[in-house]
Amino acid sequence: MSDLATTARVVWALGARSIRQTFRRPQLISPIVVFPTLLLAIQTGGAGAGVELPGFPPVQSFLQFMLAGSMMQAMMLAGNSGGIAFAVDIEMGFTDRLFAAPIPRFAIVLGRLAGTAALGLFAAVWFLAIGLIFGAEIEGGVAGALLATALITASALAVGGIGAAIALRSGSASVVQGLFPLVLVVLFLSSAFFPQSLMIEPAKTIAEYNPLSFIVEGVREPIISGIDATHTLEAVAAIAGIIVLGLWLSASALRHRLRVG
Amino acid sequence: MEATAIPGWRANLATISALMARSKNELVRVPGAAIPGVLAPTIFFLGLNGVFGALTQLRGFDTASYVSFIVPVSMLQGAGFTGAAAGVNLARDYEKGWVDRLLVSPAPRWVLLAGNVLAASARAFVPAVFVLAIAFALGARWPGLDGLLICFTMVAATAAVAACWGSMLALHFKSQSAAPLMQAGMMGLVLLTPAYAPLALLQPWLEEVASVNPLTEVVEAARQGFVGSVSWSETWPGLVALAGLLLVLGALALREMRRTNV
Repeated sequence: MSDLATTARVVWALGARSIRQTFRRPQLISPIVVFPTLLLAIQTGGAGAGVELPGFPPVQSFLQFMLAGSMMQAMMLAGNSGGIAFAVDIEMGFTDRLFAAPIPRFAIVLGRLAGTAALGLFAAVWFLAIGLIFGAEIEGGVAGALLATALITASALAVGGIGAAIALRSGSASVVQGLFPLVLVVLFLSSAFFPQSLMIEPAKTIAEYNPLSFIVEGVREPIISGIDATHTLEAVAAIAGIIVLGLWLSASALRHRLRVG
Repeated sequence: MEATAIPGWRANLATISALMARSKNELVRVPGAAIPGVLAPTIFFLGLNGVFGALTQLRGFDTASYVSFIVPVSMLQGAGFTGAAAGVNLARDYEKGWVDRLLVSPAPRWVLLAGNVLAASARAFVPAVFVLAIAFALGARWPGLDGLLICFTMVAATAAVAACWGSMLALHFKSQSAAPLMQAGMMGLVLLTPAYAPLALLQPWLEEVASVNPLTEVVEAARQGFVGSVSWSETWPGLVALAGLLLVLGALALREMRRTNV
């Protein structure tokens, strides 16, 4: 069997393991599904009248507007959950056994990231389904839904890279778990939950430059109005930037982990 | 020599105090033990204010200051998280065998539960004071001494309700894996109220849910001083709602405690 095929099998096996692990542990799956769904319901019901504010973009409903934010939240929490599970593997010595196996080291990280990306895909499909069930329309049609799903999946891979890097560097699940509030901070400081122009300072200015705002707008546009090349390209650029950062941090942390043992 | 018998009520009081002291020690001795309970409501408070602050421009909003409107909700949310954490800690204590040792002691079951619940009530003041201090720094309205007293009463009692809920689940599932259920349950109870906007501005389905959610009365009672004047008619429904929740969830938690065998 070629090296590439072997690596692909390793990535597949580790990715499948990380997905099974997430669905078997309530503390890993609930942040991805339960909390964002609960918040979607609460924010849609509680702040839904916000669509009447002057300056709010034309939308069918606040639920339609919020879907992208909920997908982003679930995707970021999937990255965090992936990092926690990876750190647990390090704490329990499972990763050490993988390091000793005759497989490329980067495949170990890629396997985890593949699992996180799959969870991002699951989150995107979950929220699109919820939106459709509760009457939200996807203005971009099937192509728009596929684009939003693809962007969320790629974002999960990107954010998962940062989670994996922190897990490798710290080797501690509690350190990665401690990033959970930071996920909320970064989301609140983006246009995930409300139009950036209607936010209050200083959140408004920070959201303007937050890379997550570019991604969320890229995901939201196909849902609320249709596919738009500018928003899509900006989202892709932001995701690419986070992927490069995540891979660089992961590679550096992997070298550190192999050095310190 | 004849041993002097300690009256039962004094022994019970001493046990409750010891359990509360143990909880306080955890705060003081474990670095960062208080941080999650403080951080989450603070982030929600600042985040919601930054994101949804423009909602006050809507007709029907009873204040122009979203900081004032949202701060009691964040304080109650902190109480909910703190109470749920008491349940998580109880599950951890069960996993480590500490609860077994308590159960073989001569202390009545209700005393063991009361120690855990009252400790949560006391700990809820930490996030509440922290969030309130930030709110005042951001210009929240001074609710008056009576308004403040009512708000803190609601916070302490909500933490007790959450601790009963968390303890019930901890003793039922006997695992920290039930933590998300404890936290999500309280988060839902606190936020499925007029948390983000007045009742009349909520979407119809949430308006219906909020109108039957007992925490709505608690939120309104805690909020009254921050958005207007304090009145008994706004206060007593909150007190009744909390008393009812404490009665029901306390009884269920006690039932789980009695069912737990060593």
